[in-house]
Amino acid sequence: MSDGALHLRAAPRPLAFGPGTRKAIILVFLAAGWEAYARWLGNSLLLPTFSETALALVTSTLSGELPQRVWASLEVLFTGYAIGIGIAALITALAALNRWGESLLSLLTSMFNPLPAIALLPVALLWFGIGSGSLVFVIIHSVLWPLALSCHAGFRAVPQALRMAGRNLGLSGPAYVLEILMPAALPSILSGLRLGWAFAWRTLIAAEMVFGASARSGGLGWFIFTNRAQLETANVFAGLLAVILIGLVVETVIFATLSRVTVQRWGQEV
Amino acid sequence: MALPAWSDAAPASAPLAVSGVTLRYGTEAGTVTAVEDVSFTIAKGERLALLGPSGCGKSTLLRAVGGFLKPATGEIRLNGAQVKGPGPDRMMVFQEFDQLLPWRTVSGNVEFALRRARRLAAAEAKGVARDWIGRVGLAKFADAFPHTLSGGMKQRVAIARAFAVQPAILLMDEPFAALDALSRRKMQDELLGLCEETGATALFVTHAIDEAVHVGTRILVMSPHPGRIAAEYLVPEAARRRGSAQFGALEADIQSRIFADQATPFDLEAAHV
Repeated sequence: MSDGALHLRAAPRPLAFGPGTRKAIILVFLAAGWEAYARWLGNSLLLPTFSETALALVTSTLSGELPQRVWASLEVLFTGYAIGIGIAALITALAALNRWGESLLSLLTSMFNPLPAIALLPVALLWFGIGSGSLVFVIIHSVLWPLALSCHAGFRAVPQALRMAGRNLGLSGPAYVLEILMPAALPSILSGLRLGWAFAWRTLIAAEMVFGASARSGGLGWFIFTNRAQLETANVFAGLLAVILIGLVVETVIFATLSRVTVQRWGQEV
Repeated sequence: MALPAWSDAAPASAPLAVSGVTLRYGTEAGTVTAVEDVSFTIAKGERLALLGPSGCGKSTLLRAVGGFLKPATGEIRLNGAQVKGPGPDRMMVFQEFDQLLPWRTVSGNVEFALRRARRLAAAEAKGVARDWIGRVGLAKFADAFPHTLSGGMKQRVAIARAFAVQPAILLMDEPFAALDALSRRKMQDELLGLCEETGATALFVTHAIDEAVHVGTRILVMSPHPGRIAAEYLVPEAARRRGSAQFGALEADIQSRIFADQATPFDLEAAHV
């Protein structure tokens, strides 16, 4: 009863900001700096001011164009992300239970992880044509390998005593993976999911800019691309801002919450 | 070294019979013989302490009984059936604190074991789990997550989990080795109390002589390189109490025995392996 029962925290100093407040203040300063520099530059074709960008963001949101584009992107993204997770789960479970599976995983990840998803786009176009099929394909590729790598590293780091305790209870096969390895490796799996999300999001926007051109329901990348072609620079920046905002929301709301109710609560955070 | 044949004295009802077991494992330097030709039995209600210095193969032997290691020769039988793999009829308690599932509460850990190993329904498992958690003095911490507990409390949970499943035999791998001296003594007394109360059969690995004398009803002293049984001691009831004359005498006897063994050229023996 001596160690680890108490977590003492230093008493908060007056005038100390929480991490969230600090970040918000930094954001305000960044926006102000942007505004000032853009006004000084005075060329809204090259760099619109922050207020112009914000206005463009609000206008295109209210007109319904931006939400529609965002939704088109997210729909493709979720499909690819979900399939990628499913395949990664399958491969890593196989690798956890079987030596051949482990060799397969390590070979595949070392082959495909360094391959940029965008480089697969020509092949995807050939196989799936122009449309969401190709996008989903490259997203799966960008999610699958980093996620599989993190999951596998997480499985390998599960303490020996915990593994033996699981086996001792007679767990084996899928039950062992599901009841012992997966929850024990959750910190790594979560960071893999975060990494996979970031890769998928980047890949999607880039892929849409490369070939979303003739897709009827283009996504956010297509929105940025067309607005650049029309020299609507404020809209381009609004699109970029939307990309950043969505990434921020997913990171701070979804992943942070997921981590708080699981690994932080269980004291597993690495 | 002339050893008495323990297997001859084996009662027919021995839950655990280890006969002629040799354990080997491969390393980069080649095959290492951890345990060589070891035989013993454990009768029902007996607590056998495997005592020896580190590297004598006592933990390896325990893991083989647990089903985590296949003997190179010989066999291990539990209630007549050959041990082929890990199973909840031989619940283990490890030295490491991270043997508990960190994502389950204290109660959740015990309940999970009960549902998995004894196939209890959720409600029944909860009742049995609460009972055992109370018996190890953690009733107030039933809903706490393991990371908020001290090392001693975590070991209590592991012990409660092992007892709750009611295995044919309890396998304990130096469960108190990572605790401070005061907690260790307290835990030894508590474990002894639980064992006597339930009449549990146990195989207990330790490198502390006093622990072996206090907890065990019988002690097998092992010598290293490779692990063999060097001596056997029955612990009389009177010798179990700390501070009693018999306790001291037995402890001194074992101590001298281990040191006497160390005088024999073990290193030469190792060179022959």
